[in-house]
Amino acid sequence: MGLNEKPLSTLHEKASYDLADFEVPTGREEAWRFTPLSRLKGLHNGKAQVSGQVITQAFTPAGVSAEWVGRDDARVGKAYVPADRISAQAYNGFEKALVVTVPKEAVPDGHIGIELRGGGTDGVTYGHIVINVEPMAEAVVVIEHQGSAVYADNVEFVVGDGATLKVVSLQEWDDDAVHVSHHHAQLGKDATFRSFVATLGGDLVRLSPSVSYTAPGGDADLAGVYFVDAGQHLEHRLLVDHSQPHCRSNVDYRGALQGQDAHAVWIGDVIIRVEAEGTDTYELNRNLILTDGARADSVPNLEILTGEVAGAGHASASGRLDDEHIFYLQARGIPFDEARRLVIRGFLGQLIERIEIEEIRERVLGAVEAELAR
Amino acid sequence: MSTLEIRDLQVAVEDKEILRGVNLTVKSGETHAIMGPNGSGKSTLAYAVAGHPKYTITGGQVLLDGVDLLELSVDERARAGLFLAMQYPVEVPGVSVSNFLRSAVTSVRGEAPKLREFAKDLKAGMDALSIDASFAQRNLNEGFSGGEKKRHEILQLELLKPKIAVLDETDSGLDVDALRVVSEGINRFRASGETGVLLITHYTRILRYVKPDHVHVFAGGRIVEEGGPELADKLEAEGYEQYTKASA
Repeated sequence: MGLNEKPLSTLHEKASYDLADFEVPTGREEAWRFTPLSRLKGLHNGKAQVSGQVITQAFTPAGVSAEWVGRDDARVGKAYVPADRISAQAYNGFEKALVVTVPKEAVPDGHIGIELRGGGTDGVTYGHIVINVEPMAEAVVVIEHQGSAVYADNVEFVVGDGATLKVVSLQEWDDDAVHVSHHHAQLGKDATFRSFVATLGGDLVRLSPSVSYTAPGGDADLAGVYFVDAGQHLEHRLLVDHSQPHCRSNVDYRGALQGQDAHAVWIGDVIIRVEAEGTDTYELNRNLILTDGARADSVPNLEILTGEVAGAGHASASGRLDDEHIFYLQARGIPFDEARRLVIRGFLGQLIERIEIEEIRERVLGAVEAELAR
Repeated sequence: MSTLEIRDLQVAVEDKEILRGVNLTVKSGETHAIMGPNGSGKSTLAYAVAGHPKYTITGGQVLLDGVDLLELSVDERARAGLFLAMQYPVEVPGVSVSNFLRSAVTSVRGEAPKLREFAKDLKAGMDALSIDASFAQRNLNEGFSGGEKKRHEILQLELLKPKIAVLDETDSGLDVDALRVVSEGINRFRASGETGVLLITHYTRILRYVKPDHVHVFAGGRIVEEGGPELADKLEAEGYEQYTKASA
């Protein structure tokens, strides 16, 4: 398989299944300049030993199938082509891919659970997951990452015509975990995709959610929260590629940072191609920097190649807690620490409220509370 | 019986002197109106007493029952029994009214109210101020109209039951109906006779609903004239012009 050249903008340079098409990053590349390569434990240079320390389990409600297949399975790599070195490394490194299928028009009772548990940071693990929601079906998927691992994977969400997929991805890794992941959603005609990402744990997490459309009418909401503690590097790189007319996307990521060398990176790329008339898109990133020594890099990029958009905008704001918020709460007798907690919880909670599964919503809120209590 | 005693209070904002020695005593059962033109420093007095970080105290004392409030943090002042109804209550995204009120009541009372009791009190308070029940689930002050914000301030006043309430231009931006509802709330609060009110206003209109015992005219960062309710009538007729000229 050779280089798959698309007539692309400056944002997204190549896509290929072939590892040889990607140079080992040096850290000077635009796509890698924020990521501390030395902490990737060899994920980017192919030097790491494959150990298979991450155990993946799928829990499916009735009517949904989950199977482990080889890389020659036609469903693997159909919606997504690796877009960088680690993604290609993962694509070429995994042994079996997990393929979950929600059949046409099915509305399963309960959510699909995928649990990944790492057993240690000796050696690396590569993974591949395909979630296939066939036309007119509706599904909710919860992906949980826990334990300790050096892990890279690609996750393909194929959302069929008229189908709806809601995904919650929780990165609740132990403090030493390294995780580099691409989550790609391919939306069919009138398909709906809702993604909620919560990244709280890990030494280094670099998650790249992306969306493409194969027909008009696709609708994608990508939300995320992250809480970065001292020494953590949590990076989210979003890409929404509007190549079809009359599709919609909304990106809203919010994070809080506290402690020395807490580092958040958010890159939000949206491309509206010449043929994508009537596109409606907005992307937003906000960071609350709670202490000195923490740093947030936030870079929204909106590239519009057509004159006929319904709406396109972006915003990015990083700052301290608002003194006026704290004053108002304190003026009602609420002590500073609690006022601070209420404001931060409110800031992240507005997004967390979007999680429809109560149990998961409460868990994410609880995890944020625990971070705030540190 | 409580007393708020402001002694020779001097306040600056970024090295600019705003209050130039304010003396004022408010006791339980009394309602004092502070009236004055825009920019006279009335709101500065309110925020400085409450402890807003923007204001620097350069001299004087503020005593509540003998305790110097200026030594306390903002939340400690509130727990000591001071309340400030704000002219421009800030919007706090993601914090619901009910969650906020429960936290505030818990902090001020020193223990969490019983859930059913609190729900009952809240409902009664909201009904009395003609606040819709859906309000409790909304985010704090977010998207509230001017009138809704002021009603919500008075709701807090009634729930928190402070010793001394400072009301900063609570009447501004209200139509007559809302003014009446808000005034009734203030009058319920004063009815016990155990609370003191310091009402800051630009207009005499609210004083027809909330009758003051004392009226103070504020100009150039200090009180320039004091009297009974009749002083408000004089201001209504003559305006502030004589005071602004005198202080300039």
